[in-house]
Amino acid sequence: MPDVLVLVGTRKGLFVLQSDEQRRDWEVRGPFCEGWPIFHAIYDDGTIYAAAASDWHGTAIWRSSDLGETWEHSSEGLAYPEDGPKLTKASSLMKVNGTLYAGVHEPGIFQSADGGLTWSYFSGVEYEPARKAFMKPNSSPPGDLGVIALWNHPDDPQRMIANVQGFGLFMTPDGGTTWEPRNKGFRADWPQEDPDWQYCIHKVVTSPVDAERLYTQTHVGMYRSSDWGGTWEEITPGLPSEFGFPAVAHPHERDTLFLIPVDPNHARSTPGRLVVYRSRDAGDSWEELTNGLPQENAFLGVLREGASADTLAEPGIYFGTTTGQVFASPDAGESWSEVATHLPGIASVEAYAV
Amino acid sequence: MAEVHLPATLLPLFPGLERRVDVPAATVLEVIDDLDGRFPGLRDRLCEPGPALRTHIHVYVERERGDLASPLAEGARVDVIAAITGG
Repeated sequence: MPDVLVLVGTRKGLFVLQSDEQRRDWEVRGPFCEGWPIFHAIYDDGTIYAAAASDWHGTAIWRSSDLGETWEHSSEGLAYPEDGPKLTKASSLMKVNGTLYAGVHEPGIFQSADGGLTWSYFSGVEYEPARKAFMKPNSSPPGDLGVIALWNHPDDPQRMIANVQGFGLFMTPDGGTTWEPRNKGFRADWPQEDPDWQYCIHKVVTSPVDAERLYTQTHVGMYRSSDWGGTWEEITPGLPSEFGFPAVAHPHERDTLFLIPVDPNHARSTPGRLVVYRSRDAGDSWEELTNGLPQENAFLGVLREGASADTLAEPGIYFGTTTGQVFASPDAGESWSEVATHLPGIASVEAYAV
Repeated sequence: MAEVHLPATLLPLFPGLERRVDVPAATVLEVIDDLDGRFPGLRDRLCEPGPALRTHIHVYVERERGDLASPLAEGARVDVIAAITGG
């Protein structure tokens, strides 16, 4: 049994990276899931779940209870009605309140109470003014991801927040029956139908130390919240770009955050160097982390689910690039090494101490 | 009985499924329904709700492009193709 598991979802299947607690030597296994494009994969209670969408064979959630040795897949119930919207892909997986959820495009959320064997419709994030807009054909941003995240408030399981790609955050106070926007403080540099929504929120992370503390990386700026997304405060100054996709919260330090800003026009590292930015004061100031990362002629992209941290005492930080490299730091960002390369383009990285 | 040829990409998803199978069916949809009965979930890998063939799944009956409603004569050959796209 490894000590650390890193699940890497790529355009051509899932890869499993594993190591001991030193996290210096890595075994790379895969590709799994028959080479289907993997948009997100998680590990929960001994099982790996992978959200996949094949151009040929459609969307399914794959699962393995033996760290990838054997796999099953299911899409039973993972579909809209015949007269409903088209379900083009499952783009995110979340375990919330003990239930497995899949965020899908066209935007919606499905749930499974039996560990991914069967699925049923949970919610369409029914805040109608926004829903009318995001369910219009061809309204999704590039990637067509739909609902890209769902998480609950630890003190009140009925309160959940969903992130709809290109439209912003929406909160339900009642377990998914009603929804309201939760985007106060974000900027947009495009015309909006309504200033309450239509924000492009790439990735939101919660501090494992304080559930009220959220960080986000958006299309225009990085932000923090101290009230579970009720209000957002911009923390972009000090970073080389206001654009980026992933964000990683330190598992043990409330005010420590990792970001990888990129060139907003080309979604690649800027300026030709691969740099992870770390803040230890909740975004008031930033430091560059470059030890072991390529510092010239490096034009790499990292997508919204492409970075993660494990939960060991000295946490490991990981990210994967759209050109198939996985970089790992066993010491909270102080030093980095390339632990896998030549993989297919990477969409998601999730790390676990197991 | 139709002589059905399936795409290789389907086989690893359903242990025991073979590339060539004989199926008692009068239409392409009946072929898929029969196979789904033997290999639960197979219909979803070939069809969207409706049902309708998935965009990149093509069916040929006696080497002519068909669809789910295409009738099958006794002994008809049915090829199910995972169409190659892109470059």
